[in-house]
Amino acid sequence: MTALLRADGIAKAFGGVQALSGCTLEVSRGSVAGLIGPNGSGKTTLFNVITGYERADAGEVTLGGEVITNAPPDKIFARGIGRTFQLTRIFARLTVLENMLVPARRQAAGRWRNPLAGAGLRAGSPERRRAMELLDFTGIAGHAGALAGSLSYGQRKLLELACVLMADPAVILLDEPAGGVNPPLAERIAERIRELNAGGTTFLIVEHNMEFVMGLCSRVTVMDSGAVITAGPPGIIRNDPRVLGAYLGGGLEDGESGDDATAP
Amino acid sequence: MTAGAMWRGGGILALLAAAAAFPLVFTNPLVTSYGVYAMIFAAAAGAWNIFSGFSGYISLGNAVFFGSGAYAVGIAARDWHMSGLAVFGLLPLAAAVAAVISVPFGLVALRVRRHTFIVVTIAVFFIFQLMAYNFPFTGGSSGLSAPFLNWRAATYNNPFYYIALAAAAGTTALAWLIRRSRFGLQLRAIRDDEDRARGLGVRPMPVKLAAFTVSAIITGLAGGLWFYFITQVQPPSAFDPLFDLSIAVMAFLGGVGTVPGPVLGALLIEPGQLYLTQRFTNGYLSEILLGVLFLLVILLLPRGIIPAGSEKITAWRARRDRRAPAGAAGRDAGAGTAAGPPGATAQAAAAGPAERRQPPPPGGGAGAAGGRAP
Repeated sequence: MTALLRADGIAKAFGGVQALSGCTLEVSRGSVAGLIGPNGSGKTTLFNVITGYERADAGEVTLGGEVITNAPPDKIFARGIGRTFQLTRIFARLTVLENMLVPARRQAAGRWRNPLAGAGLRAGSPERRRAMELLDFTGIAGHAGALAGSLSYGQRKLLELACVLMADPAVILLDEPAGGVNPPLAERIAERIRELNAGGTTFLIVEHNMEFVMGLCSRVTVMDSGAVITAGPPGIIRNDPRVLGAYLGGGLEDGESGDDATAP
Repeated sequence: MTAGAMWRGGGILALLAAAAAFPLVFTNPLVTSYGVYAMIFAAAAGAWNIFSGFSGYISLGNAVFFGSGAYAVGIAARDWHMSGLAVFGLLPLAAAVAAVISVPFGLVALRVRRHTFIVVTIAVFFIFQLMAYNFPFTGGSSGLSAPFLNWRAATYNNPFYYIALAAAAGTTALAWLIRRSRFGLQLRAIRDDEDRARGLGVRPMPVKLAAFTVSAIITGLAGGLWFYFITQVQPPSAFDPLFDLSIAVMAFLGGVGTVPGPVLGALLIEPGQLYLTQRFTNGYLSEILLGVLFLLVILLLPRGIIPAGSEKITAWRARRDRRAPAGAAGRDAGAGTAAGPPGATAQAAAAGPAERRQPPPPGGGAGAAGGRAP
């Protein structure tokens, strides 16, 4: 298996705080990779560096062999990396359907584009059809006409995921997809990730819910204090003493989250 | 065509017909002059809304374009010795000058957001007022006079009225087109969460700058027309902080980000202001009342007349449909997402609190280091 997404020796400091130091992470093409670690270990910062929201002080990010280090977020999205946020971010004053159309891409590259071309809201437009399919897929099609701001927290998570899917990204980075959602919904999200993965989408998932991570990921990377401490298949990671140590000595038993962050 | 669309189209035609008939029915020049100012401000407020209303970047510097448009046609008419009807041919110059100014202005100001953006626009505004006082070609504090138009006094206002009406109607049509377009959707996504929009492939700078320039072009045009009508311009009247506040209040009163809101606000506020100024001669009264109105709008009607009104209508229709359940068909989930009267869906005030919940870009990762390394 080849590495589709690779972060190599990433370092990032905020003032005097070294948030990341020499982080190296690989995500194989077609895999579901996990990224775990205690709060403050730098997982989200690494996400932010990969997706262009933060500049790396050192290191290199490559996607399919091409260097994308410190490219702006819109370019990185166009290259095929989509992401969701730990605290869901949606366009609250747009309808759910409008949210879906924000990332819609036109295939008409090179042709002159009408600056006032419709947003794709017209019934029967290909964008709208695709958006409705994805809303169906995530189970929130019934809310298409509602303002996104009126959705519940779990529905927002689903909308955020569906929205990213509009552009068919090669890699999707999920920041705590199961954080703060009820167990049946977490299971539904896991189910959708499996289906998408079966269709060829690669995932990198930050999650505190160990059951969720261990059940879904083929390879787990563990971070602590801004550095990667180990990586491997879930079965081995689960029993790695360094991982147990990183989680303040707490055991990583099935179903028990690594810390209190997942308490809704 | 659905019945709703026919009603809407008929309503728009009726409004346009009424607006066109206005100076023929009310021939008193004082009244028609109110009409001219109201239409000029409807265009200016609509232009402000195309940028600030849709993108959420509140500009208090649009007077830069208004004043520059006025000065551009004033200087050109003076230096090229133009007179009579030909001076109206200079109006595109007002638009062009405003467009040229908007690009560097936007490239600087649009790098920052929210309060900082507002402060930058105010700063640029004062720079332009100072330049108008001090440049050799602007006539200093005595300003410029417009070429004399040898028209009959009784109908003098009418050509101005119709040009201004066309500008206001054109601006509104453009706002409608933009709001339903992909460009408009990107602007509104930027308003809600610019960083998230970026992460979904929207390039904010070109989108914001395009809207800023469109807004500037219309405002410059309005400024040029205003100058011909008022026949003279000085730095404090061309670059007037009250202009910026007025168009913002107009948009807020009618409904920021809606298509008809700013026009409605302009038609309500501008004649009122003119009447107060003329009736009490003390110009400060209308300004004080404008400030009071701003506070009242923010307190009582924060989203404006149009969204609040359409919510009432939606609620009324829902009640009616409950009484006659058979009539409730035809409003599927996707309805109300089109550009139509914005806010037509049941938009409970959810937007407000939801916005506050949105976090800043996660800067995380730091802080929990210390001694736990394996």
